[in-house]
Amino acid sequence: MNIVVPVKLVPDLVEDLEIDESGITLDTSWLRLILNEVDEHALEQALLLKEAHGGTASVISLDGEGVDDVLFSSAAKGVDHLIKLTGLEFGDDLNNHAVARLYGAIVERLEPELVLIGVQAHNDLDGSLGPLLAEYVGMPYVGYVSGITVTDGKCRVLKEYPGGLIAEMDVVLPAVLGVQAAEAPPRYVAISRIRQAMKTVSLDEQAAADPDSGGGPTIDSMFKPETGERATMIAGDEEEVAAKIVDLLGELGKV
Amino acid sequence: MTTSTVDTPEDFEFNDAFRLSLEEVEQGRRIRACLQCAACSGICPFGFLMDFPPHKMISAMRAGMFERVMGMDSLWLCVSCYACAQVCPAQIPLTEGLMTRAKEEMVLAGNIPVELQDALENSQRYGNALGEPPRRRADWAAGLEPAVPILGKIKRSVDVLWFVGDYASFHPRGRQASQALATVLNRLGVDYGILGPEENSDGDSQRLAGERGLFEMLAEKNGRVFEKYEFQEILTTDPHAFNALKNEYPALGISYPVRHYSQFLATHLEQLQTMLGGAISARVAFHDPCYLGRANGIYDEPRQLLAAVPGLELVEMLHTRETSICCGGGGGGMWLDGFRWEKARFRLSEVRVQEALAVGADILAVTCPYEMPRFEDAAKTVEGAEHLVVKDIAELLADALVEAEVSS
Repeated sequence: MNIVVPVKLVPDLVEDLEIDESGITLDTSWLRLILNEVDEHALEQALLLKEAHGGTASVISLDGEGVDDVLFSSAAKGVDHLIKLTGLEFGDDLNNHAVARLYGAIVERLEPELVLIGVQAHNDLDGSLGPLLAEYVGMPYVGYVSGITVTDGKCRVLKEYPGGLIAEMDVVLPAVLGVQAAEAPPRYVAISRIRQAMKTVSLDEQAAADPDSGGGPTIDSMFKPETGERATMIAGDEEEVAAKIVDLLGELGKV
Repeated sequence: MTTSTVDTPEDFEFNDAFRLSLEEVEQGRRIRACLQCAACSGICPFGFLMDFPPHKMISAMRAGMFERVMGMDSLWLCVSCYACAQVCPAQIPLTEGLMTRAKEEMVLAGNIPVELQDALENSQRYGNALGEPPRRRADWAAGLEPAVPILGKIKRSVDVLWFVGDYASFHPRGRQASQALATVLNRLGVDYGILGPEENSDGDSQRLAGERGLFEMLAEKNGRVFEKYEFQEILTTDPHAFNALKNEYPALGISYPVRHYSQFLATHLEQLQTMLGGAISARVAFHDPCYLGRANGIYDEPRQLLAAVPGLELVEMLHTRETSICCGGGGGGMWLDGFRWEKARFRLSEVRVQEALAVGADILAVTCPYEMPRFEDAAKTVEGAEHLVVKDIAELLADALVEAEVSS
C-alpha cells in the first residue's frame, strides 16, 4: 500500500503572534514554524498502515524554516520518500487552493492508494486543504477520520461527528482522508535516529510550479480578538487576581 | 550500541550487545562482580514497585533475558538518584551504567510515556523542557537593578559565566530564586554575565531519561555559545547543570572550570558574613540534592552558607547527606509526575516534607530549582505542612542581606 502524507507547517504559537503593518497578514519577523499537530497524526496513521500492510510512505512539504528537520524526523520514524517543494515557502502568500494544486501535481505523479492529511490546522480551522486536494486529483474525500482499516484494496474508515457520533463507512481507493486522530499517539523518535537519517537519507527536492491561488477568498483585514462589552478583564499579579475572583464568586453567591 | 527492538522472547543477541555496552561505561566491568545482595533494590525509593529493580535487571541479563526488562515500563520509576550506586558493595556504576543504558534502549525503541515525550520534544525544539519561548529566557531579570548583564549585549569579558538553566529561568519560583541570587552576586561585587536567549538546557536530565542524542545536541549548542565569550569559570544554579558541565561535557570537548553556586558563595563566606546582618529566626532543614550530594560529594558548602545566616537554626532530617532521598524530579522525573502517580500513588517529595515536619522545621531549604515546586506542592498535600516554607538558599541569603540594609 502506497501512502502519501502532504504536510503543512504552521506558525508556532509558543511565540506571541503579531499582525504585520499591512494589517492583512502576520508579522513574520519572530515567527517560527512547526508541523501542524494533526498532520503528525496523519503521519503516524500512515506509518501504522505501512507497518501492517507493507508498501511505502511518502511525505510532501513545501519549503520553509525547519522543514528539513520535519522531513528527516519522518524518515527516522519510517517514511521512505521525502519530497521537498522548493522555490516557494510557507509564509509566502499562498492560500489553500495554491497549496492544494502544488501538492496535487505531486500526488498525481506518485499514484498512491491513500493520501492522508491532517483534517485541519489552527490557521485552517475549516480544513479546506484536504477536500481541495481531493478535488484537484479527482479522488473521494472523507474528513474527521479516527480509524482506518484496509482489506483487499478496500478501506473502511471511522468518521467522527459532533455529539460523540461515529460513522463507519467504506471508501473506494484511491482516496484522500482527513485524519483527526491516529490510532496510536504520534511516536517518539530518538534524536540519534534523526541525526542518522540526516546522514543517510536524501531529500527529493522538486521545483514548485507557479502557484495558482485562484478560487480562494481574499483577506481584507486581520485583527486580534476584541474584548466584549460585557467582559471584565481582571488585571494584577496572581494574588490580586485570585482575591478578585474570590470576591466575584462571593458576589455571585457561588461561594 | 544495539538499536534493535525486541520481538522474540529470548533475544540473546540484544542481551549480549546490551551487556557489552554496560562494560564500556567507566568502571562498567564491575557489573561482573554483582553478588545479588539486592542492596540496590532495597534502597531504591521506588524499588518495591518495580517489576525488575536493579539487582533483578542484572540477574535477567545474566540469564540472557534482558528483553523481558524492556517489556516493562517500571524502569520509568527510576529517578537516577544514585542511591543504588552509593550503596552497592561492588561499586557498580548502576545509575550511570545499567539504569541509564536501559532507558536509552527504551527511548530508541520509542517506548516512553507521553508526558516525557513532550518534555524531550520541547527540549529539542525550544532548548528548554518546559516548552517556553527561548526568546524569553532572560525575562526573569527584566527590571532588576543593577541590570543582569547579558553577554551578547555587553560585549566584554567577565569573570563568571552564570549558567542559569531551564527551571531557574522559566519556572515562577525558580525565577524568584534567580533574582535572589543576582542580588547576592551584585552585593558581593562579582563580575558576572548570563547567556540569556543563547542558553540552552544543560540536557543532563534528558540524558538520564535515556535521550543521549538530545543531550549531545544541547551540549554542542551550549558549547558553541561558550566559545563566543571570554570568562574565567562557569557558575550554575542547577546541580544537574553542574553535573553535566563537570562530568559529561568534557568528553564532548567542552571543558571549563565549573562550580555550583553554593560552592562559589562558600568561598566568599567571610565577605558574606559581614553583610548578613538580618536575623532569620527559624528552624531550617536542608535537603541535599542528589546531583550535588551523592553524585558529586558536595555536602558542606550549602550548610556553611545556611549556618552563616544570623538566627537560623540548622536541623538535619532523618535522611541526610549520603542518605538523602530524591525529591522525585531526577532522571526525567520532573516530566513523569502523572505516570509516577498512577504507578505509585505517593510522591517522594511528600516523604521529604514529612521528614522536615518530624524535625520541627519551619523552612525547608533547597539549592536545586527542581525542588521548590516539588516541595511546595507536597506541602499543600501533606497534613500539618501548611506552615512549611520552601526557600532556595539564595533566597534566604538575599533576605538576610536585605535585612542588613534596612538595619544599617
